Amino acid sequence: MAKDTDNLLVVPPVPEASPLDAPFPSKRMLVNLGPSHPAMHGTVRAVVELDGETIHGMKLDIGFLHRGFEKSCENVTWTQVFPYTDRLNYVSSIMNNVGYAMAVEKLCDLAIPDRAKYLRVITSELHRMCDHLTLVSAMGLELGAMTVLIYGMEARDLIWDRLTELCGARLTSNYARVGGVSRDIPEGWADKVLRTLDRSNEMVDEIDRLLTRNRIVIDRTRGTGVISRADAIDYGFTGPCLRASGEPYDVRKASPYLIYDRLDFDIPVGTNGDNFDRYLMRMEEMKQSDRIVRQCFEQMQPGAIASDDPRFVLPPKPEVYGSIEGAMAHFKIIMEGIRVPAGEAYACVEAANGELGFYAVSDGGGRPYKLGVRAPGWNMLMALPQIMEGRMLADLIPTFDTVNMIGGEVEQ
Amino acid sequence: MSQAALQKLKERFPDAVTQTYVGKGGDDVALVKKEAVAEVCRFLKDDPELQFDMAPYITAADYMGSEPRFDLVYQMYSTKKNHRIRLRVGVPESDPVVASVTPIWKGANWYERYCWDLYGIRFEGHPDPRRLYMYEEFVGHPLRKDYSLRGRQPLMPERTVDEPFRGPGPTGG
Repeated sequence: MAKDTDNLLVVPPVPEASPLDAPFPSKRMLVNLGPSHPAMHGTVRAVVELDGETIHGMKLDIGFLHRGFEKSCENVTWTQVFPYTDRLNYVSSIMNNVGYAMAVEKLCDLAIPDRAKYLRVITSELHRMCDHLTLVSAMGLELGAMTVLIYGMEARDLIWDRLTELCGARLTSNYARVGGVSRDIPEGWADKVLRTLDRSNEMVDEIDRLLTRNRIVIDRTRGTGVISRADAIDYGFTGPCLRASGEPYDVRKASPYLIYDRLDFDIPVGTNGDNFDRYLMRMEEMKQSDRIVRQCFEQMQPGAIASDDPRFVLPPKPEVYGSIEGAMAHFKIIMEGIRVPAGEAYACVEAANGELGFYAVSDGGGRPYKLGVRAPGWNMLMALPQIMEGRMLADLIPTFDTVNMIGGEVEQ
Repeated sequence: MSQAALQKLKERFPDAVTQTYVGKGGDDVALVKKEAVAEVCRFLKDDPELQFDMAPYITAADYMGSEPRFDLVYQMYSTKKNHRIRLRVGVPESDPVVASVTPIWKGANWYERYCWDLYGIRFEGHPDPRRLYMYEEFVGHPLRKDYSLRGRQPLMPERTVDEPFRGPGPTGG
């Protein structure tokens, strides 16, 4: 009998075991996180190999949300692609609209009026705030601060309310068009937006007071999920995640598009490349977006909101109903799509998570021949197994939050 | 936007770079031979005057009916020099194999898996050559122009594999 129990108590040798430690036998364990897990935003499946609580190997399995974005776009007209781009990064859809519109305008060699540029920048920056608010409040929630989520959602929905007044939808805005934007701002809207920003800033300050010096948040985010500057560039990080590692690359400054060269704003840059720095980047960028929106409202002049080039832009409605030429032009553009000159172009914008690029190829017809999307989240998600190697499982949650992978754009 | 980079590339690889041109909106483009991709990319990253250090965005296009059928596109950016170029690499349908650039930039990994998954272009030397979106049993490559828009796939029996990274189905303990 004594011999049998001895066999059951065989314990693997533990290096540097203290006599006070209880020696537990352990073996590596495979844990599936997702594809539907409350802490995995979107539908990513991560297979994590655990030794105790330490991650030794991780593989990501994506594609659960793949809906054939590119294939769909190749089979609709250039204008019909806009609603599809809304669904890439659904929290900040106008930036996707703008990026795509800029790629098509590059192909068409089409200049757009100043007011349209200002409107694109204003709406983009409002959506950037929504995106960052979502990230910060979701991170708070997953680190145990439910209040932050409630404040963040309220601030975000206030901004979305304004965008609803402008585009008619909270999320799927479908706002930009080739050659301009779809509609001008309603009367009194600018004033309303500024008051909304005052209110949402109050809530951002509240979140700041709740999180930035919070002991638990600092313990869980500082020094976790670290990626060095060289590695971040090598992986193709862009946006706040790259800047948190100390590389000051921002498309708005590196190659200013629309009217960003006329605005005065700063790009926050971190030093440590950890979760805390990535969180701080978002908090500061919201303040900068606020500055940009206010400057835009001061600088913006009345004028046309879309180019008047009849090859690419719908004629004004009185012309459509009042003249045969107008009706014809309207019919041709709606039914056959705009004729984009043959060629290929790459245009990129600074979306909330980084460089969002569209590679568009036209064969001269009414439909895109090819439309590739460089989704910023792709590179960040790709690097996750390396970031997490040898770290604790609990660190995966804030890291997954701050790299802010959006299923809609990564899985297309 | 860098004419200087294109010029330098052409001088260094007179045979591999078949053509350079300024594309729509001022994009600088170089057409590169398929065999020289890895060598050219290594040069672009390491050369002190070029320093294309950021992982490129890699995608493909299917020009069905023309030869070579596929076009691999590398959209490069340098954070040090703040310039961009685009490489286009023709890939014939009969031999759709290109050297992987994942050893040069880690960030090329998923883009190359994407090109294999959706266009059927294989990358030699890729560390993890699985499909990216689709499952391994998927038949065909959906972004090829001859893949039907309403294509249907055969039903797969439930897997009984021991390799748990592939799930679903029993993992065999």
